[in-house]
Amino acid sequence: MVEEVDHESVYDGLLGGDDSQWAFGTDFEDPLAGVDTTLPDGVEGRALALYCIMLADDALVMSQRLSEWCSNAPDLEEDIALANIALDLLGQSRLLLARAAAADPSLVPALPEGSPIPAEDALAYFRSDREFRNVRLVEGPNGDFGQTIARLLLFSTWRLALFEKLAASRDKVLSAVAVKGVKEMTYHRDYAGRWFLTLARGTDESRRRVVGGLTEIWPLRAELFATHEVESLVAESTVGVDPATVADEVDVLLEQVFSLSGVERPDVAPLAGVRGETGRDGLHTEAHSRLLAELQVVARAHPMGQW
Amino acid sequence: MGSPVSVLDRARGLAASVTDPEMPMLTLEDLGVLRDVEVDGARVVVTITPTYSGCPAMATMRDDLVHRLHDHGFDDVAVKVSLDPAWSSDWITERGRQALADHGLSAPGPAPSLEGPVALTLIPRRRSLACPRCGSSEVELTSEFGPTACKALYRCTSCLEPFEHVKEI
Repeated sequence: MVEEVDHESVYDGLLGGDDSQWAFGTDFEDPLAGVDTTLPDGVEGRALALYCIMLADDALVMSQRLSEWCSNAPDLEEDIALANIALDLLGQSRLLLARAAAADPSLVPALPEGSPIPAEDALAYFRSDREFRNVRLVEGPNGDFGQTIARLLLFSTWRLALFEKLAASRDKVLSAVAVKGVKEMTYHRDYAGRWFLTLARGTDESRRRVVGGLTEIWPLRAELFATHEVESLVAESTVGVDPATVADEVDVLLEQVFSLSGVERPDVAPLAGVRGETGRDGLHTEAHSRLLAELQVVARAHPMGQW
Repeated sequence: MGSPVSVLDRARGLAASVTDPEMPMLTLEDLGVLRDVEVDGARVVVTITPTYSGCPAMATMRDDLVHRLHDHGFDDVAVKVSLDPAWSSDWITERGRQALADHGLSAPGPAPSLEGPVALTLIPRRRSLACPRCGSSEVELTSEFGPTACKALYRCTSCLEPFEHVKEI
């Protein structure tokens, strides 16, 4: 089909008009194609959508931070491991954003008429920082490998505990995402726990770094267990989980790692919100805006883009 | 095309022959991601499930399924996603396990139970594996994460060759 080649386009020249050459892009696909997204009884679409956005944003921002390690990790295996964890979280985020868009389409940012960008991408790339609902734990810079491991340990222990409960959600999509996520995050938590133990019981320098990293991120721990109004609503209607209900379990698991590692739980005050607002309300630190700038710049420059 | 049953069998056979883009020694059927094939009038509806949430091969699988069926006269093809039940490495068929071994990959053992709370394992779990090249059981884990979401990295301490193990999930 050589006659169909557009000689103005490098890519079309490479493809020779054969769109089965998927290596150059597969077009968009709906990650929930054919999945029943009917709302469960007694749940407001908006509350469910906002809750999905919260869980999605935690994963998306953490994924973006972890992917910054790509080509920068201490060795190739850690490079690959962190990229794999980032990919699992990106996948969870995509499904959750798609579920949010189906539950309340009015939350999806408007794009120019005829834009091929799907709803989950519009949510990821075209919201401003104030519209992101992630906890502030995930948005700060990575720090060194020790700090990254400390944050991943706290994050994956917390998120795995939430998802184990979320598996019982009355929303079939959320439940399916949670069941799958539990399997994936079991590997994430083990990875972080083993590295924490290795670094804490390694050299003086590795211990100093992982303990320092833990102390650095600890002020953001309390926010993980603070219940936002949206989380109360979805927990009441048994489609979501009140994060306060997993606090004890997370503490017990962390204590196991800390005691084996010979590390004391840090004694530092929680980072305060601003006028009572924190990450779940859309209140973020400066680092978040810089992260979004990098995450979103290409998509925002091409709102009619096809990938 | 004959009777409806044979049309369905043909469509099923074609869908089952499409291979995984990242592990092309496995068909989608042998990998256990092909969940269903239905024929509704002139339309073929294929249902697949992702191995991992972020599996980047899903779009390629969809395109490959559509192309294979188009090439054999099925013009109207839809590919649906199924998220429940979640994919398990236990769904890899015996033929699939043999194909993995034939290509130097180690097949997964039984997937962990989903009952009760997930245990934290700070000591790497021991898998009883054999090197797919020399058969030695003297192997060591290099990393629980590999070149694709579904694999771990191992090294054989007898023949010193590295190999990939498809993870239990």
